[in-house]
Amino acid sequence: MSLWEYANPKRFMGWTAPVLPWVFGVAALFLVTGLVWGFFFTPDDYRQGSTVKIIYLHVPAAFMAINTWIMMLVASLIWLVRRQHVSALAAKAAAPIGLTMTLIALLTGAIWGQPMWGTYWAWDPRLTSFLILFLFYLGYMALWAAIDDPDTAADLTSVLCIVGSVFAVLSRYAVKFWNQGLHQGTSVPLATGGRTVSDVFFVPLAISSVGFILLFIALVLLRTRTEIRRRRVRALHMRESRR
Amino acid sequence: MIALLRRDLRLATRAGGGFGLGLVFFLIVVVLVPFGVGPQTAILSQIASGILWVAALLAALLSLDRIFALDHEDGALALLATAPIPLEMVGVAKAVAHWLTTGLPLSIAAPVLGVLLQLQPSAYVFVAATLFLGTPALSMIGTFGAALTVGIRRGGLLLSLLVLPLYVPTLIFGAEAVRRGAQGLDAVTPLLMLAGITAGSFALLPFATAAVLRINLR
Repeated sequence: MSLWEYANPKRFMGWTAPVLPWVFGVAALFLVTGLVWGFFFTPDDYRQGSTVKIIYLHVPAAFMAINTWIMMLVASLIWLVRRQHVSALAAKAAAPIGLTMTLIALLTGAIWGQPMWGTYWAWDPRLTSFLILFLFYLGYMALWAAIDDPDTAADLTSVLCIVGSVFAVLSRYAVKFWNQGLHQGTSVPLATGGRTVSDVFFVPLAISSVGFILLFIALVLLRTRTEIRRRRVRALHMRESRR
Repeated sequence: MIALLRRDLRLATRAGGGFGLGLVFFLIVVVLVPFGVGPQTAILSQIASGILWVAALLAALLSLDRIFALDHEDGALALLATAPIPLEMVGVAKAVAHWLTTGLPLSIAAPVLGVLLQLQPSAYVFVAATLFLGTPALSMIGTFGAALTVGIRRGGLLLSLLVLPLYVPTLIFGAEAVRRGAQGLDAVTPLLMLAGITAGSFALLPFATAAVLRINLR
């Protein structure tokens, strides 16, 4: 029994149905704990005041905005190599979530930027690359929407996702080169572990981040199930019309 | 491949081919900008290089949907797919033909139109050089986009939505090289990056182009 068995559409529907409520439940638990703790039970920052609390939404959303694209890239590669339909549908299902996460990161950043930087928007490398990422999500979804045949759409969007990834990385370095940054560096570097944020803020942030990851997983599973059902309805329609 | 290139060039330059249309579009954009921002010489000369780059990019975009659409309609694309040359080389030939009919004329015309925008004298060489180096990448990326949307009816708008984000790095390095060059700063790094993007596009994107063409012809 291989791992790929779980990606068989029928089996996928089977195991996700009982799992899904649990993932949603745990995600809600983490999100509520992280956000309530963050918003109401942490002190204000001595310089940023209460605006610091936007970190509990902004950082996890930005983190998920990038990782959603990476997940779509992996799912696209799996589709191209192994022709697992569920994989292609998961990539399709993840794109609007990534778009929303990018939008949340941009909007919360703008709301925080007005009191702190004195401006809603600056052509800072990080801000600009997120705007470009936003455009990539839009293009990817538009291509899915434009093609009728589902397999052709899956193939073409997968290739676009791969090419887009290369250009997204390239854009990231280009905008860094292009303009100096206003956005502060990360205070939670995962690679080095050299945190510069106090535990008082970090613990609810970590809980909220886990909540965002779980919420993402739950939403992708739910949306993939919807896509599989849509595919089945389509197949039924085709069979009907052929009679 | 040479034959295909010559055929595409002939098709583009004969009546209805759209050659020159890109150039005229370029001219019109350059003429419209002063109406939009006002005729002050100082402002114009400051934004001239950026305007020229953005206008060139839009002009290149304008003729992209022609690259494969007509061949797809009359079935020539299916013949090309079965031709003895690999489909990857068809993509390269199409991109080169597109560049010869848009990118090359644009990079020659841009310094001339720079006069209208009060381009600084020191920037003329850089505008021509960066466009000469950068527009091949625009053509190759555009060819990939055109191949991606060839099966979609009225895919023109979608094509621009897909291709424009991919144009961002080329635009950034191209405009940055002109800006630095015009101010007498060291412009070698952005120029090298620009050349790198062009070389990289021509090395890798033909494979992606051929892959999506095969999917669309399936």
